[in-house]
Amino acid sequence: MSLSPVEGVALAEIEAGGDEGGAAAKGVVGRSPGQLAWLRLRRDRTAVVSGVLLVFFLLLGLAAPLIEMVYGIGPREQFQNLLDGFGMPLGYAGGVTGEHWFGLEPGLGRDIFIRLIYGLRTSLFIAFAAALITAAIGVVLGALAGYLGGWLDAVINWITDLTLAMPFLIIALALTPTITLRFYGERGQVSSAFGVGVLIAVFAIFGWASTARLVRGQVIALREREFVEAARASGAGLGHMLFRQLLPNIWAPILVSFSLAVPQFITSEAALSFIGVGLSDETPSFGRMIYRSLDFLQTDPAYVFFPGITIFALVFAFNLFGDALRDALDPKSSR
Amino acid sequence: MDSSEPLPSGEPDDHPTVPTQRGNEDAYLRVRDLRVRFDTSDGVVRAVDGVSFAVERGRTLGIVGESGSGKSVTSLAILGLHDPRRTTITGEISVGGRQVIGLAEDEVRRLRGRDMAMIFQDPLSALHPYYTVGRQIAEAYRVHHPKVNRRAARQRAIDMLNRVGIPQPARRFDQYPHEFSGGMRQRAMIAMSLVNDPALLIADEPTTALDVTVQAQILDLLADLQAEFHSAIILITHDLGVVGQVADDVLVMYGGRAVEQGSVEQVLRAPQHPYTWGLLSSVPSLHGDADADLLPIPGNPPSLINLPSGCAFHPRCRYADRAGSRSRSEVPELRPAGADGHLVACHLSAEERATFYAEDVARVGVAR
Amino acid sequence: MTDEPLLRVRGLSKHFPVRLGLRTTGLVRAVDGLDFDVRPGETLGLVGESGCGKTTTGRMLVRLLEPTSGSIEFDGRDITHAGRRELRPLRQELQIIFQDPYASLNPRHTVGRIVAMPLQVNGIKPPGGIKARVQELLELVGLNPEHYNRYPHEFSGGQRQRIGIARALALRPKLIVADEPVSALDVSIQAQVVNLLRDLQRELGLAFVFIAHDLAVVRHFCQRVAVMYLGRIVEIGDRADIYERPQHPYTRALLSAIPDVTQLGPAGRIRLSGDVPTPLDPPSGCRFRTRCWKAQDICATEEPALIPRDGGRQATACHFPEGEPVSTSPEGEAASTSPGGDAASTSPEPAAAGPGVATAGTGRGVAANIEEVSS
Repeated sequence: MSLSPVEGVALAEIEAGGDEGGAAAKGVVGRSPGQLAWLRLRRDRTAVVSGVLLVFFLLLGLAAPLIEMVYGIGPREQFQNLLDGFGMPLGYAGGVTGEHWFGLEPGLGRDIFIRLIYGLRTSLFIAFAAALITAAIGVVLGALAGYLGGWLDAVINWITDLTLAMPFLIIALALTPTITLRFYGERGQVSSAFGVGVLIAVFAIFGWASTARLVRGQVIALREREFVEAARASGAGLGHMLFRQLLPNIWAPILVSFSLAVPQFITSEAALSFIGVGLSDETPSFGRMIYRSLDFLQTDPAYVFFPGITIFALVFAFNLFGDALRDALDPKSSR
Repeated sequence: MDSSEPLPSGEPDDHPTVPTQRGNEDAYLRVRDLRVRFDTSDGVVRAVDGVSFAVERGRTLGIVGESGSGKSVTSLAILGLHDPRRTTITGEISVGGRQVIGLAEDEVRRLRGRDMAMIFQDPLSALHPYYTVGRQIAEAYRVHHPKVNRRAARQRAIDMLNRVGIPQPARRFDQYPHEFSGGMRQRAMIAMSLVNDPALLIADEPTTALDVTVQAQILDLLADLQAEFHSAIILITHDLGVVGQVADDVLVMYGGRAVEQGSVEQVLRAPQHPYTWGLLSSVPSLHGDADADLLPIPGNPPSLINLPSGCAFHPRCRYADRAGSRSRSEVPELRPAGADGHLVACHLSAEERATFYAEDVARVGVAR
Repeated sequence: MTDEPLLRVRGLSKHFPVRLGLRTTGLVRAVDGLDFDVRPGETLGLVGESGCGKTTTGRMLVRLLEPTSGSIEFDGRDITHAGRRELRPLRQELQIIFQDPYASLNPRHTVGRIVAMPLQVNGIKPPGGIKARVQELLELVGLNPEHYNRYPHEFSGGQRQRIGIARALALRPKLIVADEPVSALDVSIQAQVVNLLRDLQRELGLAFVFIAHDLAVVRHFCQRVAVMYLGRIVEIGDRADIYERPQHPYTRALLSAIPDVTQLGPAGRIRLSGDVPTPLDPPSGCRFRTRCWKAQDICATEEPALIPRDGGRQATACHFPEGEPVSTSPEGEAASTSPGGDAASTSPEPAAAGPGVATAGTGRGVAANIEEVSS
């Protein structure tokens, strides 16, 4: 007999009964569960710090063209005159100056800071787009499978299992160049929008399954709840059931899985670009930068340092925020 | 709330009225001025606030209350099942002459199961789903009898299963909890509680989850076992009918405090507290006028976090006005009322209570 | 009172297949051939222990579950297998109240939205607007209409149950299926909700199918009572008949098992041994025979029909109902044929006859006889 069930009894006794007094004191407009979660989130210091950091990164990414204007240097501009004969940037710490805040790339002599800003923009765009598409597909398929059950559930489940069983990296390695080849031929110049699109598509194809499975489980748990039956007994149709009754109750896990999927896609994008099947060098991205910088690990460590630390901070902040969000939305799990 | 500090039972020594039983000095379980407080994020919760009672071996005390009355917390305090980091327990709990409060955790654990045991409302949550029922009972035995070998423990468990009326106990021994029906599970739970012959048995709503015909079986079983093992039983319930059937003494709790206690005849036949009246007149009965309206207690049970000032029952009491402003400012003392050993915590005078209760009975139209 | 029933149920059954992989290995006969009527404005209590099929029946009546066989007629129309569109107009007249006040309200919706849901789903725009109607409903069930914008978690169990009742009333139904509406509530709150339902029933002339395991609550609410056991009705009749002249042994056992505050001490009870058998493999013949103290050979071979006794409205499915002589006596039966035993069987609840002043003495005497019979 552990302490937990017993404490549960005691707490149930304390919490049970008259919310009357408390509710009466609060005034007429009640607080929705969402508002309560928001309050809890605001009280959580980790959430606030990681949240602020995320907003900062998002703003940087969004404002990239603006920053370019103020900074006065574009991501593709080359400053060969600031490199020495071996192609290494002149000056200390990889050529950090008042002009080039994070220094210059060895070889091509492009400005690291502005490439970082654009890389952030690319990574965030890919990650958010992939996460959104993933969530949309996953929620629709999962909710339909869970609510309707029967053969539809069986089919969707089967596809889900199949998708989860496919080795992501191998197929991504095989698929991406094949698609590119199919559209651009052997020597065609691949546009950066196309590369981004292919990446998002690959992520979406592989990412939706786990969301679908999560949503399906949640819907099945809710389906037998009496408030759902009450709506059915009133003659509610499929749309009302899914979007009015069920979805508002599973926003929490969807939001959490979304916030944890974004950093996963950021690292995946970096990984794919790193092994060369992701974006071309033309598009600024974390993966390409780190890939290029590794050659200079000994000679120009600053080149590795800046993109590395940024991607680390970004992913870390996302994960911390996702965890804090989970705690805020479901306070019982953290007890 | 601070005005409630000096409680009547604050001076336990010269307290004339603590126990309702004769010879309470050598009662197996004695609880005096028990106070349990939890520290929660919403503030300090006084889950139990100055409760005293005693139970002799062979007798049954029924603790009656609704959710938030502190009845379950009381029993958990007796068993020493509290998170010490968040809970403050003061007062005196003596089990078989030993103080439970302040005892080291491993000593309480030794006491628990051997000298006192608990039966939970939901046997499914108390039994481990992955072990056979018999194994769990045998383990419970071996914890307190380390020298006993496996075979003897198995035999003991089968005997206990047999004793609580489970047919084919040897076969049932190797089954899992999910293979038992609700009533059988509760029997198995009782077998596990009794495997070490505890002198004190605490049953927290043992029949609430069961059907009436099975409830009848379980209550009979408890009575039979009590006659056989001569144990002291605390039966926690919200059902006055169950209390009337099996209890010798009754403690009615409300908002963490005792509002009335006495023998079962006293409390159910000549109830003194308006809350007890309310409970009696709001319970539908098989007798009397079926078309008469029930007389419910208005409002909701209080939250222990936000307990009303003064008499905790005053917002729901029909007669609170008669007691004047005292009902809101002063916590009523638990005082002797009428017959010997009958205690009530109410500001109304004995005469007022008699009049009001007569009115109450007339209104419900049920003679009791 | 018209003779035309509002709800007419014939041979209603629900069998759940038990599947092991793809093969069906058995059938759970949760409900197995129910016949009953509910007239307009009438309250029928459906009582029985867990597993007797009463909740399944309630779910079928409001068509949350598809009946396996039999028919449900509501207001003269057959709704047994009606689709969602055909049911729409009927949904408004046939509503349900659920047991668990915590699970039956959508935690993400405000009270106003919850109560308005049936109106919105059915595209009904009441005169004066939805909000006015919802507030009227909240007031009707004794809640503060100002609490329109609050969320369920801010209410206590009793208040939540009132919200559920307001939702069921939103479409002005003729019949409400109430599935254990008070059993999850604190005792002092149960009476509030029972009284509310009674007031509403009288004021609005509602018919109720009141599903409960608590016979005492049913007695205070229902005019007629049907007792179910293992998917079948074993006895049905007017309240007075069921509570004062129960003819089926199971009804008697149920009644005597209820601990009553008016009787102190270990009052004699009919002790039913064992548990309810599994509906997967119900006993042959009479389903109650495995726990019945009167069971004889015929009970195992022949299923007793639910037939009215003495041409009255009380029907009992038993080969040996109370009040009829028993032909042969197995061991233990002798006691019941003795004069004392007869007295016991005709009036097992002496207090029900008198104005409640039955002394514990007589109560115990009678009960003791019953106990002899049963053991």
